[in-house]
Amino acid sequence: MQLRRGSGTTGHLFYRGRAGVIELDNVAYSYGGGELLSGLTLRLAPGSFHFLTGPSGSGKTTLLKLCYGALVPTAGHARLFGEDVRRMDRDAIALSRRRIGVVHQDCQFLDHLSVAENVALPLTVAGEGGQELEQNLIELMTWVGLKSRADALPPELSGGERQRAALARAVIMSPEVILADEPTGNVDWEMSQRLLRLLVELNRMGKTILIATHDLGLIRSAKSQVQARVLRISNRKLQSAGADL
Amino acid sequence: MRLIRDSLGAFTGSDTGADRVVPPTGFTASLTLFAAGAMAFLAVFALALSLAAGRLATSWGEELARASTLRISAPAGQQAQQTEAALRLLAQTPGVASARALSEDEQQALLEPWFGPDLPLADLPVPQLIEIIEEGEGFDGAGLRLRLQAEVPGAVLDDHTRWRRPLVAAASKLRLLGAVSILLIAGAVAAMVTLAANAALAANAQVIAVLRLVGATDGFIARAFVRRFTLRALGGAAAGALVASGALLLMPSAGETAGFLTGLSFVGWHWIFPLLVPLLTAAVAFAATAIAARRVLGDLR
Repeated sequence: MQLRRGSGTTGHLFYRGRAGVIELDNVAYSYGGGELLSGLTLRLAPGSFHFLTGPSGSGKTTLLKLCYGALVPTAGHARLFGEDVRRMDRDAIALSRRRIGVVHQDCQFLDHLSVAENVALPLTVAGEGGQELEQNLIELMTWVGLKSRADALPPELSGGERQRAALARAVIMSPEVILADEPTGNVDWEMSQRLLRLLVELNRMGKTILIATHDLGLIRSAKSQVQARVLRISNRKLQSAGADL
Repeated sequence: MRLIRDSLGAFTGSDTGADRVVPPTGFTASLTLFAAGAMAFLAVFALALSLAAGRLATSWGEELARASTLRISAPAGQQAQQTEAALRLLAQTPGVASARALSEDEQQALLEPWFGPDLPLADLPVPQLIEIIEEGEGFDGAGLRLRLQAEVPGAVLDDHTRWRRPLVAAASKLRLLGAVSILLIAGAVAAMVTLAANAALAANAQVIAVLRLVGATDGFIARAFVRRFTLRALGGAAAGALVASGALLLMPSAGETAGFLTGLSFVGWHWIFPLLVPLLTAAVAFAATAIAARRVLGDLR
């Protein structure tokens, strides 16, 4: 598969010293009077691979949302590509999201559009199109093994197919960062390994990857494929799990 | 301002993608079409009513203001003499352009609607009518009455003021009511489209969330809704205006005995107004949807 843009190198770890593509600086987030995250600092360097773990309800999804501007920290600073989220208007955040591919556990498709149209949605939204991009879409659908399901509607897909379609949609704009929230939560072991291989392949193309998961088996199986950093949310704080894989 | 500009982009044809991202069906589609059609139908009738009232007010105001009637009720032997005296006096009165005694046939025609065509006018003590046409500032009614009282004792001057004023005022008020009705209809269209757009935006909150997730700007999302609601309003209003125009065309022609009820249809270039109604409805829908989209999208980060 040939993605249109690509930058960086593989193998960066939890990054210190240089500006990251996404930075959270002493961030806190409160909701409904309670503090979900506190004093949290994270820098995602270009081309790095991170796992984010923690028990259910620990704030993994909240942290991911802070990483793509869906939430604004109640304290501290969140920067997307060097820009403080607080100073960005909605359109600026929307434009920054074209550089961040997001894979949700529940995928979030438009059910009235075909799988191919859903995968191409970021291009539609960005007003991009043309024969080259159409060819790119076909290659992408082939890469995730969904070429034969291109005309199906999302409700007709299995759990694994939906996750692969969501991954294809997340990477079609060749984003610099891919954030995945429990991407293997609804699929069997074999499919989770297939999704992991796709994400590792993207990392080798220079993409920054952050995967939120409570599936330690997934993290262990990634050991042989990629150099990654494992982060853990515990007691509202972000800690290095000390388990470079 | 930017949202309005972005929304206008929906009609340049440069962005057809926004059209497909919102599910095409829903009760709001039928609601908008029906309401826009009904409102356009009412707007065309209100316009016709307003314009007809305007014509009537102008007609009464101009024609009746320039004419007066002198009625001479005298014994049979003196009627011709008093008529001649009155005509002489009127010929010398400043502000009177002309004065002429109505012929027997003309008086017969005036009475015919009440007494039928075979009225023996010569045998009845019918007063002689003199039609007075004014010029310039018109004549001094009070002064003329005093002179008539002295020289033509059987003459009664009717300058139409007494009954013309309330009629003209009523016609003017009717015209105003028509204009107010059109404004109210435009307001109702705006309210209806705003409600429908709000409902559609709320029903599609998940779609908006997905679009935001993949990098859609507010302008892109707004375009999808603005274009849809504007086109629906335009289509519904065009149908409503067409039906109303057809109904007005079927109204009987006013002809010589121009009456208010038979003169409701548009006249001449006024037929352009029913053509403008769908465009104005679409403009109202456009503005209402753009404002609703801006507000709703502002609430959703």
